[in-house]
Amino acid sequence: MSETYIEETAEAADTVASRLGINRREFMQFCAATATTLGLPTGAEAAIAKAVEKAKRPSVIWLHFQECTGCSESLLRAEHPTLEKLILDVISLDYHETLMAAAGHQAEAARKSAMKANKGKYVLVVEGAIPVAKDGIYCKIGGHKAIDMLKECAADAAAVIAIGSCASWGGMPSTEPNPTGASGVADVLGKPVVTIPGCPPNPYNFLATVVHFLTFGKLPDIDHLGRPKFAYGRIIHEHCERRAHFDAGRFAHEFGDEGHRKGYCLYKLGCKGPETYANCSTIGFGDVGESNWPVACGHPCIGCSEKGVGFTKPIHMTAQLKGMSPPASYPGVVEQQGKSSFAAAAALAAIAGAAAGGAAMLAKNLGKQDEASAQKKGE
Amino acid sequence: MADHSYAHAPRPLGGSLFTPLTLLLGVLAGIAGVILLYRLFYGLGAVTNLNDGYPWGIWIAYDVVVGSAFACGGYAMALLVYIFNKGQYHPLVRPALLASLFGYTLAGASVIFDLGRWWNFWHIFWPGYAQVNSVMFEVAVCISAYIVVMWIEFSPAFLEKWGMKDVRQKLNKVLFFFIALGVLLPSMHQSSLGSLLVIFGEQIHPLWQSGMLLPVIYLMTAILLGFAVVIFEATLSSTGFKRQLETPVLTPLSKVMFGLLAAYVVVRVADLLLRGALGTAFAATWQAFWFWVEMACFVVPLVLLATEQARRSAAKLFVGAVLLMLGGFLLRINGFLVGYMTGEGWHYFPSLAELMVTVGLIAFEILAYIVIVRNYPVLPAAQPVTR
Repeated sequence: MSETYIEETAEAADTVASRLGINRREFMQFCAATATTLGLPTGAEAAIAKAVEKAKRPSVIWLHFQECTGCSESLLRAEHPTLEKLILDVISLDYHETLMAAAGHQAEAARKSAMKANKGKYVLVVEGAIPVAKDGIYCKIGGHKAIDMLKECAADAAAVIAIGSCASWGGMPSTEPNPTGASGVADVLGKPVVTIPGCPPNPYNFLATVVHFLTFGKLPDIDHLGRPKFAYGRIIHEHCERRAHFDAGRFAHEFGDEGHRKGYCLYKLGCKGPETYANCSTIGFGDVGESNWPVACGHPCIGCSEKGVGFTKPIHMTAQLKGMSPPASYPGVVEQQGKSSFAAAAALAAIAGAAAGGAAMLAKNLGKQDEASAQKKGE
Repeated sequence: MADHSYAHAPRPLGGSLFTPLTLLLGVLAGIAGVILLYRLFYGLGAVTNLNDGYPWGIWIAYDVVVGSAFACGGYAMALLVYIFNKGQYHPLVRPALLASLFGYTLAGASVIFDLGRWWNFWHIFWPGYAQVNSVMFEVAVCISAYIVVMWIEFSPAFLEKWGMKDVRQKLNKVLFFFIALGVLLPSMHQSSLGSLLVIFGEQIHPLWQSGMLLPVIYLMTAILLGFAVVIFEATLSSTGFKRQLETPVLTPLSKVMFGLLAAYVVVRVADLLLRGALGTAFAATWQAFWFWVEMACFVVPLVLLATEQARRSAAKLFVGAVLLMLGGFLLRINGFLVGYMTGEGWHYFPSLAELMVTVGLIAFEILAYIVIVRNYPVLPAAQPVTR
């Protein structure tokens, strides 16, 4: 990294920091943390800092449909950056039913005007599933059906991000028998969108995606389900801190048993880590490090982010192992402490006996020779 | 061929290589070979009774620790002849060296078979892999070096046979260096074999956990065993090959051995007393039982060979030597297996396959000894017994 580059970065950091009302150190920590979450190389935090400084705050329209607002809540609890500083200042949040001050017709008017002013440039974030049964009558806001609102807002959006499992693939509202026909954004729009599944998803996966968009002008690489690869590229099981127990065949069999208390693998309690793609096992939740995610707390993963797993399979049903097969045999937990064989003991006794006998015979013969030579000398 | 500068110049014995004994030895060695091959492909668990509590068994305790101590004849004789300049024992050096040669070479090779991932055995010689602060490293490198040194020390026997006089002469000029190494190296690793037990601390029964005195005890008994083996082997080969008994040379040798034995017993008993460990010898345990057997094997020769008169008797010399070998054997087996207390419930007894490998190894040593003394100048030229 050249010196001028460092200087520029520092300058950028100062500018943004003062704009956001946080100190420079906190801001650089945010950039670095985001770069790490995205799996970007060293130096990327500088690019992020510059992008956040220079980019005009993009307009964000945030829609809520069939959901619990847990995704917004988890985002509110993000510590670096604190949401009220960064999301409200780095972006221009023009419509968010929970956070906006406006209400009623005033709120809907704000949405319309933001859409008009930033046509083709705003970012649309969708939280919650969209009911499509019976022509979508199960969810209405300001007299508009959810399905219509979504289509209207998505038409002129620069990017569409579905946050949470509900918006990503239907989530909890879509659980069978699904009377409202709750569906994900991509299904309703009929085109792929970026999805950040999870119930709630890790806020940093969402923030990193947004910052990636700000920094590089495009959304991060996604897989066939629209999930950013940096966060959903691997199954939880691969980097689970209890993985060694799985490989060694040490399992908790019920809550509170010895294995459970010792922190053994939760696979047999129904942990869905082996079939769920997410980075929970590497970044944790709530900014308190790796001790805070379901498995670390002693509860099996329920696969909340994975369609067909979370809210579909019973919580304690054994997971289907993905992308890996268990070894043909596990090392024993109870090690045999030694075996004896009669044949070996008998053989050893026979060898010892033969050796003793041979030595005795030889000694006897030598004794005779000794006597003979003594006699010879005597004569 | 052999130079005739001294009366007892070694000569090949000649004679047939195919006798019932050599065939039996060959079969035993062959069985061991097959078992070892099976072990290389199917692992230690398939052949041995080793377990997590006992990661080593007789392949280490006997084949390496006892085997190399039994192979100290060459070392003990070199020490006596070259360091203490007792030239009259020279005729005993070469046969002793031959026995040591195979004892050590096979002890070194046994280690490979005892390694779980034997294909990585070379790591210990490779800088970066080896842990240079470990006693095991010292033992491994030192034994390997000694094996090479011993082959060089013994090579005159081959060179004489093959008539390579020039090489022989050149080697003679530097041989003193290898002889010196051949005395230094075993002093190092035979004591280190005792040091191995130091780090086991309380896992070794107090009767054998002598702490920092362990290297001394193991070195003293190694030299003691060296003399005992020379007497044993000289008597056996005289009888087996129907040659004159070598008692006249062995009698003064046994006096040296007797002195060392007396010193050893004093050190051993004093150590037990000072550490306050002797009390455990009166408990009703297997360890106490085997301790008394071991001590008897050292004390009985002390009584048996006390007088010059007794040391002139081939029979008493032989019995004394056998008992000492048994004592040295028990000291090591007791320290490494019987007195090794790894925790509740663990036990170890060698499997038949393990035993057969050890038996085969001994058979191979004897077979190789017979083949070499019949074909190469090792044993001193002497008249067959006329009786």
